[in-house]
Amino acid sequence: MSAILQILFDALSLGSLYALGALGIALIFGVMRLVNFAHGDVIAFSIFALLWPSVDVVARVGAGNLPWFLLIPFVLAVGAGLSVLAELTVFRRFRNASPATMMIASFALGFVIRYFLLMLYSSRPKSISLLPALSQPVEILGARIPLLQVITILATVAILFGLTSFLRRTRFGLEMRAAAENFTMARMLGVRANRVIMGAFALSGALAAAIGLILGSQTGTADIQMGANVMLMAFIATVIGGLGSLPGAVIAGFLLGAASVVMQVTLPIDARPFRDAFVYGAVIAILIVRPQGLLSGRGTKERV
Amino acid sequence: MSLLALSDVTIRYGRLTAVRNVALTLAEGEVLFITGPNGAGKSSLLRAIAGVTPPAGGRIDFADHDITGRAPEDIARLGLSMVPEGRDVFASLTIEENLMVGAGMHVKESNWRARVTNALEEVYETFPILRDRRHAQAGLLSGGQQQMLVIGRALMTNPRLVAIDEPSLGLAPNITDQVYERLIALQGQRKLTLLIVEQSSTRAMMVGGRMILMRGGEVLIDGDARAMGQSEAMQAAYFGYGEH
Ligand SMILES: Nc1ncnc2c1ncn2[C@@H]1O[C@H](COP(=O)(O)OP(=O)(O)OP(=O)(O)O)[C@@H](O)[C@H]1O
Ligand SMILES: [Mg+2]
Repeated sequence: MSAILQILFDALSLGSLYALGALGIALIFGVMRLVNFAHGDVIAFSIFALLWPSVDVVARVGAGNLPWFLLIPFVLAVGAGLSVLAELTVFRRFRNASPATMMIASFALGFVIRYFLLMLYSSRPKSISLLPALSQPVEILGARIPLLQVITILATVAILFGLTSFLRRTRFGLEMRAAAENFTMARMLGVRANRVIMGAFALSGALAAAIGLILGSQTGTADIQMGANVMLMAFIATVIGGLGSLPGAVIAGFLLGAASVVMQVTLPIDARPFRDAFVYGAVIAILIVRPQGLLSGRGTKERV
Repeated sequence: MSLLALSDVTIRYGRLTAVRNVALTLAEGEVLFITGPNGAGKSSLLRAIAGVTPPAGGRIDFADHDITGRAPEDIARLGLSMVPEGRDVFASLTIEENLMVGAGMHVKESNWRARVTNALEEVYETFPILRDRRHAQAGLLSGGQQQMLVIGRALMTNPRLVAIDEPSLGLAPNITDQVYERLIALQGQRKLTLLIVEQSSTRAMMVGGRMILMRGGEVLIDGDARAMGQSEAMQAAYFGYGEH
């Protein structure tokens, strides 16, 4: 029982990370058909922003010493800020470019961010202790679950609820949904392209920062590569979910998380190192059956 | 003073010139039909006016502003509401959400709900079917209902000029009649200026107003729709006999 509970929490918390990542990618894809491969580097940047530049192994903590109620908004603001800056300086210039061109631009931007961090902090992972109170376990029905997992899941649920009601109930959310479906038509109704796109980048960046916080607390390290795996899984989740579909991205994120965890415990020991290969195999199988994704990004089919 | 003025407008797609040196003025409160055969450049002209495809040459003025090359949202905010060809409803949004997208765009966040509620009431009065199905997904509406939705949506922005590309496309004649009936009534009530693209000139002759005829990217005739119905020149221009 407690083992199953442990697996469930592992799956949900890993799925949460992937879902948040996928959401960040899908939000931007929705409004500008850009797959932002720099997303993973925004994750890393948000955490490094807590440290003073140094090449030591032990981090020289800067803003990371803030109490949690200031630290969390600070990190989210860094993610949002960097993301908005990326849109202003880079992606705005590629607005009318082909999706392939934009994707390449995002790779390039990712490299710029990564090498910037490399320059200031060196490539060695740094040990940090972010939100240390969260590393204690809690007892749930006899299982010892890390508090961080519980908080990750709860925070993700809260973010999903918040984002949903933001998109459903506010004027800005309505504009974003309209723009995601038909950008030109939305503009012809007076929806300001720059505002909507900047909003999408800000939200996406804040989501990346939230992932950074979770990863940083979980692993106790700040690593320039720390966003790479989540980014890859999140990208796959957005593809499985149907590019541009937010619910699809979230569901696929949780599915991927669950698949990874379940394979981790059910595969024979010798096969475990190849877990990801099995996950990708499953992804390929899904895409062969439903190339448009589980929930396709377009709305209900129009009738004439 | 004209509300809309085009001078020497040329539109190109790569090497193809879709619209060539078109000049046109439209006074406040006027109804203008743009007619012409397939590929005449009617939709291109409308898209240029709405800022979607900026013209390669010439100048467009609307409401005392030079709008040449301006962004679609800026032009919409000056009071030009465009209903493009093919009814672009936001299919996954509800009908009410569709209507709300462009509503009260100059209104502060705090007054927005109230402003939107009033505007919705007005549109629902004109198109009661939209009220009945206001929480349904717009993609599930029939073609005629979608047409009413996009016209209603265009009115929600409280525009000075509404430009509609082929309102009759794909609609049964009696539905087209309904749509036009409402449109003309609204035009009278709100002193709207209407710019309507239709392939066939019959509708323009029925409704009346001014009509221009385009062919091969140029304006061939500009005059009173009913008077033009009788003219030889118009028949010739439309069907192009004497040229081939
Ligand atoms: N996006 C585009 N790219 C390339 N060529 C285009 C594009 N849109 C229109 N054209 C070309 O421009 C010309 C004018 O097209 P336009 O759609 O303006 O005609 P129209 O008068 O609206 O015709 P219809 O009555 O069939 O809607 C046509 O030759 C068309 O092929
Ligand atoms: Mg057309």
